[in-house]
Amino acid sequence: MPRKTTYTPPAVEFLSILDEDGQVDAKLEPKLPQDFLRRLHDAMLLARRFDERMLSLQRQGRIGTFAPVKGQEAAQVGAAAVLSEQDWVVPSFRETAALVWRGLPLEGVLLYNAGYNEGGRVPDGQNFLPPSVPVGSQMLHAAGLAYGGKLKKSGAIVLTFFGDGATSEGDFHEALNFASVLACPVIFLCQNNHYAISMPRAKQTSSRTLAQKAIAYEMPCLQVDGNDVLAVYVAAKEAAERARAENRPTLIECVTYRLSVHTTVDDPSKYRSEEEVKTWERRDPLSRFQTYLRNLGMLAEKDVEAAEEAVSARIKTALHAWEDRMASLTDPAVMFEHLYASKPPALKEQQDRFVQEWSTRGEGARHG
Amino acid sequence: MAELTMVQALNLAMRQEMDRDPSVLLIGEDIGVDGGIFRVTDGLLSRFGPERVVDSPLAESGIVGFSIGMALAGLRPVAELQFSGFSYFAFHQLENHAARLRWRSQGRFQVPVVVRMPYGGGVRALEHHSESREVYYAHTPGLKMVIPSTPRNARALLASAIRDPDPVVFFEPKLNYRSFREEVPDEAETIPLGESRLVREGGDVTLITYGAMVRRTLEAAERLHQEDGIESEVIDLLTLSPLDYGRFCESARKTGHVVIVHEAPQTFGPGAEIIACLVERSFLYLEAPVRRVSGYDVPTPYFQREQAYLPDAERIVRAVRETVRY
Repeated sequence: MPRKTTYTPPAVEFLSILDEDGQVDAKLEPKLPQDFLRRLHDAMLLARRFDERMLSLQRQGRIGTFAPVKGQEAAQVGAAAVLSEQDWVVPSFRETAALVWRGLPLEGVLLYNAGYNEGGRVPDGQNFLPPSVPVGSQMLHAAGLAYGGKLKKSGAIVLTFFGDGATSEGDFHEALNFASVLACPVIFLCQNNHYAISMPRAKQTSSRTLAQKAIAYEMPCLQVDGNDVLAVYVAAKEAAERARAENRPTLIECVTYRLSVHTTVDDPSKYRSEEEVKTWERRDPLSRFQTYLRNLGMLAEKDVEAAEEAVSARIKTALHAWEDRMASLTDPAVMFEHLYASKPPALKEQQDRFVQEWSTRGEGARHG
Repeated sequence: MAELTMVQALNLAMRQEMDRDPSVLLIGEDIGVDGGIFRVTDGLLSRFGPERVVDSPLAESGIVGFSIGMALAGLRPVAELQFSGFSYFAFHQLENHAARLRWRSQGRFQVPVVVRMPYGGGVRALEHHSESREVYYAHTPGLKMVIPSTPRNARALLASAIRDPDPVVFFEPKLNYRSFREEVPDEAETIPLGESRLVREGGDVTLITYGAMVRRTLEAAERLHQEDGIESEVIDLLTLSPLDYGRFCESARKTGHVVIVHEAPQTFGPGAEIIACLVERSFLYLEAPVRRVSGYDVPTPYFQREQAYLPDAERIVRAVRETVRY
């Protein structure tokens, strides 16, 4: 009985279309309509500026802890852009750019991050789930959602986001396994931003790529330059077509970088060098894409200014809407709502008692 | 009307609900070809096919997390975990997601998932196969926690759980799976979740219990009647969350004496919550301290000693006598 090779794993492909200087590989360049390219740009710009504003609001104490998206706009917008309206996005907790592309109102993001449950409301008719904070757990929901869509013949596919740290979680492996065995039309999109809070990717796994983890599940996989919106778009498009035509899942690893903090309570200067951050700043997905659009003759200086103004106006409108909304949300009894389809008697009793006690408190005792 | 075991009654509930509603489907390891390790899903694969009776990979978190996704897609999954002792892998999906998605999304999404699992001791099983940890789930806001006690109520409660719009953890007392039969009507029945059952009427003492302990409590009640002339009112909770505190508080007002019987460990166990309800609502009517006959605060021992751990009629009788004569 000889020893022999029973299986040779396939190589992991790496896809890059726009290089760091915004130069495009013409052979790989997707021929996208100008207005679509412009939408991709505007969404990335909006996500960037909104993120900056959120950070300043957080520093002012006006919103709570949040996870900035800076540096990962291309990975999110490029992938979300391949979906049709009926498809689903299942996010983790850093997917502001993807959800803004999908139509999540900015004031909802602000409301959620300011600590109001109402901010978790997904507008009717829009297919994405609220943020999922426990790491990696949402991938199983994505797989099940995709299977359900297949059984219901809805035609919907599912795109789920997670980070490099999530690939260490059991739920990641369970989700890939379920999706592959049960043939679920789902795209697993890993944003390898190199750090799970303070843990560098090298301490997260010994695998050379994160994409190769799919090979064990006989699942197509690909590594992509995650700061290259065209490469992400092309990879996600292929995965979406595979999901639609064959009910097969795909794992895409977007190699990107968290230019800002993990969350606003984190201090990355403790565990990563300025030099490393500078290297990645030169690979900024937004400026790279702007160079590409300039080279196409689509984005003159005045166009950038106009886009910045439009984004700024939209954020301003959202801030006003958010403040108005907060002023109307004075009743904390909402915490008793939406837990069950109909409220159990014991919970109703607790709510009644709460309302009575709350209403008799002094104004000062109700805050802080 | 047929005389069925609890296993057959549960099987009937799933068959009838799957016939009634095409969005109901089953998922779990070994549930298809094998019919589940206790054969609760026997024959359903051939009737409904592999798309609706999904033999899944072995991964409890996977089974429940995947079920949550299917529920979000508009299906009504009934997930089977092989033993409640393995459900802790799935606990985080139940606590972090199933229980919260309606709340988190402000009512936009619902998770009508039923997670079935056998629980409890008495069948000489392996370690981790005999636990009674229902409080983990009953303590979780957003979940419902159901424990049937007989074939007929098991069928009705499972049908209710499947039709319920909220996530339900459904504990099946494996001691009762095949130990007796009961007449179960052919036509589907439901029992509202959150409603307890008055099993025996009496004016001297209220015995509150559920699941596999109902039969042992009834055995004790009969002995107390025969040997002491003590008349016990026995209440079978059926649902731990939402808890039907109204019925047992009312009964306590009538009898003034209460004994709670459960096989879960004592500390922070279901009895503790029941006593709190009694103290809040019926304190002035109580004529003696409320007693608990429960499992001890140790892991369920291996099978040579499990009967020493589990409440039995003798322990219940003794506790009732002490309470009534206090």
